[in-house]
Amino acid sequence: MRHTVKAASILSVAALALTACGGSDSGGDPTAGKDGGSDVKACLAYDVGGRGDQSFNDSAAKGLDQAKDELGVEIEEVEASQGENDAAREDRLNQLVDAGCTNIVGVGFIYAKAIGAASKANPDVSFAIVDDASADSKGPNVAQLVFAENEGSFLVGAAAAMKSKSGKVGFIGGMDVPLINKFDAGFKAGAKAVDPKIEIQTKYLAEDGSGFADPAKGKTAAEGMYDKGADVIYHAAGGSGAGVFEAAKANKKMAIGVDSDQAKTAAKNVQDVIITSMVKNVNVAVFDYVKASVDGKPLSGVQEFDLKDGGVSYTTTGGKIDDITAKLDAYKKQIIDGKITVPVK
Amino acid sequence: MKFTPRRLVLTLAAPVLAVVVAFVITSLVLVAVGDPVVQVWSTLLSEPRPRTLVNIVNSAITYYIAAVAVAIGFKMKLFNIGVDGQYRIAAFAAALVAGQAWLPGGLNIVLAMLVAMLVGGFWAGIAGWLKVTRGVSEVISTIMLNTISAGLVGWGLRTWGTRAEGSNTRNTTEIPASSQLDGFKLIADAPNRVYTLLVLAVLVGIVYWFIINRTRFGFDVRATGESETAAVASGVKVPRMVLIAMIASGAVAGLISMPAFFGADHSYGLNFQEGVGFIGIGIALLGRNHPVGIAFAALLWSWLEKASDGLQLKADVSPALVYIIQGVILLAVVIAYEVVARFERRLEQKQVTRQLDTATPEGASA
Repeated sequence: MRHTVKAASILSVAALALTACGGSDSGGDPTAGKDGGSDVKACLAYDVGGRGDQSFNDSAAKGLDQAKDELGVEIEEVEASQGENDAAREDRLNQLVDAGCTNIVGVGFIYAKAIGAASKANPDVSFAIVDDASADSKGPNVAQLVFAENEGSFLVGAAAAMKSKSGKVGFIGGMDVPLINKFDAGFKAGAKAVDPKIEIQTKYLAEDGSGFADPAKGKTAAEGMYDKGADVIYHAAGGSGAGVFEAAKANKKMAIGVDSDQAKTAAKNVQDVIITSMVKNVNVAVFDYVKASVDGKPLSGVQEFDLKDGGVSYTTTGGKIDDITAKLDAYKKQIIDGKITVPVK
Repeated sequence: MKFTPRRLVLTLAAPVLAVVVAFVITSLVLVAVGDPVVQVWSTLLSEPRPRTLVNIVNSAITYYIAAVAVAIGFKMKLFNIGVDGQYRIAAFAAALVAGQAWLPGGLNIVLAMLVAMLVGGFWAGIAGWLKVTRGVSEVISTIMLNTISAGLVGWGLRTWGTRAEGSNTRNTTEIPASSQLDGFKLIADAPNRVYTLLVLAVLVGIVYWFIINRTRFGFDVRATGESETAAVASGVKVPRMVLIAMIASGAVAGLISMPAFFGADHSYGLNFQEGVGFIGIGIALLGRNHPVGIAFAALLWSWLEKASDGLQLKADVSPALVYIIQGVILLAVVIAYEVVARFERRLEQKQVTRQLDTATPEGASA
């Protein structure tokens, strides 16, 4: 990962510095490389759903747990209530500051304004936000963690085209925003790379956040696409994806999951329709962000996690795409090498 | 009704009973799921930080207006579930108009509020008109109008909203600085301020109280709510009342987001606070549709809500606990008022019997 290389290059210096600090703090522990992180307290502020949503938030939680286990940092986490305003989000971040957090991550772009305000009020605390790179959250002590969803989606798009027998595939997005457009664009580019004549149906579920939490709508949209001949549908619609899988099951068609390995996390009875998932490793971003602070070099500014970094990838759980992984990995290599540039919209 | 010591005790009995019941049930739930009971209550009852206190008051301002909007319908036995859609579409329309800044400073604010009331009133009026002319239940029509308003606002935001570079949200044009309200520094040591439009909430409360209790119109509203047939018999034009009450409810609903809009948000976007209409229903029930009762209920509600973060941090319990407490209080209040009302009726019956007994000559029964 780009910044990890940078971080690694200063690691030796940081380690030295930390050894010195650790020596004075913790009674002369000479191997302070790990223990030096003990003054870091990493905290997550989730959106509604929080830990246990089997998707986006859970992935962030995984990164936090990893930081606790491997870096020995203290952790804390707070979840949002339904129907909040920015003041409530900002207050949550401030409560985390009061609780002694040194590194605070807002999980989801809805935290953008709150992170912006809280980071200005607490210049000594490091903040991070997932999925936002706007001026709202920008600041010298803010890391904006974003992903190359288009690159991961390219690979599952290629997989969809290879697996499709009808030459028709579909994309269902939760909401028509640039974030989801990236999934859409990557998927289309990947499918077209395999089969230039492929027919791609596209549907966005809602104009607001409800599109990510409406399985019934997801199901209706997917059924419409399957009826029109599509046999593989990729969704980037959060909780609405459950409906897409149900429709796939009922129509004996295929579906592609998103964010986490949904062939493992989706409802048991629909897992077998999920041929692959475009995994967005929020955990990698959260862990790297915390690790950088432990290493004494806190991140700030836009940090993109891409295919090369392992920030995005595809899964093979269930063995449905084992026959084409060689071809997919060839595409992956081309993207990493810069031979293929995946569009973002 | 006459004001006697007994009446006072009975009035206070219901809320006190409700709080005690809620306390006991919540504690039982905590014990059942193995959460630290003492820790939860001590966290809940500890004094919030000044910043949080300001947020509690600010939320309560928003909820208060929402609850009054719902209460206007309740007074007429109208169940306006559509407050949620009414305030959303009204807030969006007001944000669009205010963002244009056709008028300077304060006038812009007044214009935006008028637009919000008009749009909110119109949106609720559709449901009222359907009920009056076609007999469509306002519950059904307002639920549908909620969905339609969400769609319309989404479409409007896409058409007229703008998106900043790198952002995923879309917002309407921000209102000029001259129309932004700084707020009151009511609480010392707090870095944030109480919404200036606290004034609006107080005004809404006073006007509501005055109209319901001191005007012919208010009397008709209450009469229709108590007994429609009796109201018709005494010459009240019920359909007209239904339509007016619905429009009034919607107009007040239109004001719900104004304090936050001028005090904090300054534009309409995806970060808009949703679901306030439904919270208003709970608070109106809790406050017994009374302007003062609603104020206390709104404060209680937002205080519980803001305790959620602290509970997660200090007591390590799920945020769902706050929903449980809110639900239990609501249920307890409804039950407690019924219990007290029955008890009161029985007391009155006994009193009447006693008076009748003493009025009867001794020898008559012998």
